[in-house]
Amino acid sequence: MLWIPAAAALALVVLPVVGLLVRTDLTRLPGLIVSTPSLTALRLSLETAAVSTLACIVLGVPLAVVLARSSFRGLRVLRAIVLLPLVLPPVVGGLALLYLLGRKGFLGYALSVAMGVQIPFTTTAVIIAQTFVAMPFLVVSLEGALRNAGDAYEQVAATLGAKPWTVFRRVTLPLLLPALGSGAVLSFARALGEFGATITFAGSLDGVTRTLPLAVYTQAESDIDSAVALSLLLIVVAVVVIAVARPRALEGNPS
Amino acid sequence: MTLHAEIELVRGSFELGVEFDVPAGSVLAILGPNGSGKSSLLGSLSGLLRPRRATITFGGRELHGLAPHARAVGLLSQDPLLFPHLSAVDNVAFSPRSKGAGRAQAREIAHRWLAEVDAEGLADRKPSQLSGGQAQRVAIARALAGEPDLLLLDEPLAALDVDAAPAIRGLLRRVLAGNSTRATILVTHDPLDALALADHVLVMASGHAVERGPTREVLAAPRTAFTARIAGLNLITGTAVEDGLRTGDGRFVAGIPAKDTALGEPAVAVFAPSAVAVYPAEDGHPGSPRNTVVTAVTAVEPHGPIIRLRTEAGLSADLTPAAVADLGLEPGTPVRLSIKATAVAVYPIV
Repeated sequence: MLWIPAAAALALVVLPVVGLLVRTDLTRLPGLIVSTPSLTALRLSLETAAVSTLACIVLGVPLAVVLARSSFRGLRVLRAIVLLPLVLPPVVGGLALLYLLGRKGFLGYALSVAMGVQIPFTTTAVIIAQTFVAMPFLVVSLEGALRNAGDAYEQVAATLGAKPWTVFRRVTLPLLLPALGSGAVLSFARALGEFGATITFAGSLDGVTRTLPLAVYTQAESDIDSAVALSLLLIVVAVVVIAVARPRALEGNPS
Repeated sequence: MTLHAEIELVRGSFELGVEFDVPAGSVLAILGPNGSGKSSLLGSLSGLLRPRRATITFGGRELHGLAPHARAVGLLSQDPLLFPHLSAVDNVAFSPRSKGAGRAQAREIAHRWLAEVDAEGLADRKPSQLSGGQAQRVAIARALAGEPDLLLLDEPLAALDVDAAPAIRGLLRRVLAGNSTRATILVTHDPLDALALADHVLVMASGHAVERGPTREVLAAPRTAFTARIAGLNLITGTAVEDGLRTGDGRFVAGIPAKDTALGEPAVAVFAPSAVAVYPAEDGHPGSPRNTVVTAVTAVEPHGPIIRLRTEAGLSADLTPAAVADLGLEPGTPVRLSIKATAVAVYPIV
């Protein structure tokens, strides 16, 4: 009995991609893909997604450890807040970032007065927007892994004379690697597909903030064949990410 | 050097209050049923739990204010908890490394301790490639490699199967006996572990010490009904011989010697009161049990649902109230006790 809804679910994922393939003008495809604007967009996408994944790791790992290991009042509220970008429409996230870091935003105003730095509509803004929406994926998967693993190994390490930093470096972090891998892949994929927050907060400037999804959107208004070709490119990149990284947690056999 | 500990701890409605001393070179067994506060006690000693009030000193050094990593304790629990991403030798080298030894030096120390626990051949294996007994050997080496002042053993044999447990018990006995600077605390619910490993025993019930003293005295002659119920054992001392033990007055007790029992060495035969069958003295059928003792009842004590019979021979037997009524047992009644040899374990004396 489960086969019917299962097949329907699969069709929902696969058929649109098939539709896209059918719509593709194969003769123009190579030329459209290797055109300068699409390659620029691809490069910008990969670079910004890589940097924001790194930012997710550097900021998200400590946050996950703190959320999983400490106990204080308001921890549950904090955990819910961390999930906010996951449930918030990305456009709203982009607006929020704009009113924080834009010229009229309180932090943005301070930055521009004190250091002469403008963040909106720059590549930095793209990275911030991507990190904003992608970080919860990393934090949630890491925090789950940390909670499942418990702190027995860390406690043993402490009795063996390891100082807290040594425990983190030699026990917590190595045990976390598989979850960190799958969390990073999820974050990278989310950053790669980010659209709403980016276009609101960073705009769509060719070569500066126009990532692949934004390029698809821009092209769709003028040259639909080109938009379809870029979409295919995005699908190929996504498939490669899944195939290469093959996050174990996503395949349901962690360890 | 002596470990001195006074600990008060509150967890919800559970209150623990206990105080004890463990001289360096000796082993204190803390015996009690589940929920009596044994693990909370160890947690307070290792610093992983924060008790309400604690005074813990070792040879004048105050431990209670220190973080776990600064206390110089070693902890061995029933789960070996070897770090899964490190090989056996790197697990053992972890503590020397954490305490400042260089990589090569730490490995050398680790190899020495692995050899000490007969696990040298396992050095390069990952924990997932070790059996339960092998992993526990490596965990023992790891706990000892940090040269702790205070070694905490939390039910170290409880998770091992019946084949592995005697070998690990023998190993623990060997490594514990060879040290005179370390205080060891063994938490267990099994009086046999206490008997095999500990000099002194402290019996805990719902957070408080109900009895303490030298292990054999407490186990063989419990002064409280609680101790008698959870830890009362029949102990007969003598010399280990083939298939059993010979007492000072020449009586033979058939039993199963532990693996590390040496013939001709002092040993003790151990069996639970529940393993003793009681017959009227004049009943002429000896049956299959190899050990029979003719004696007389000295006391009939109710212990919860069972009745413990004490006899002139110094042995106890556990019976149901119905059996006591059937046999008409009361102080002075002559009885014949019989114990199957398979229920008698023979251990070397600590």
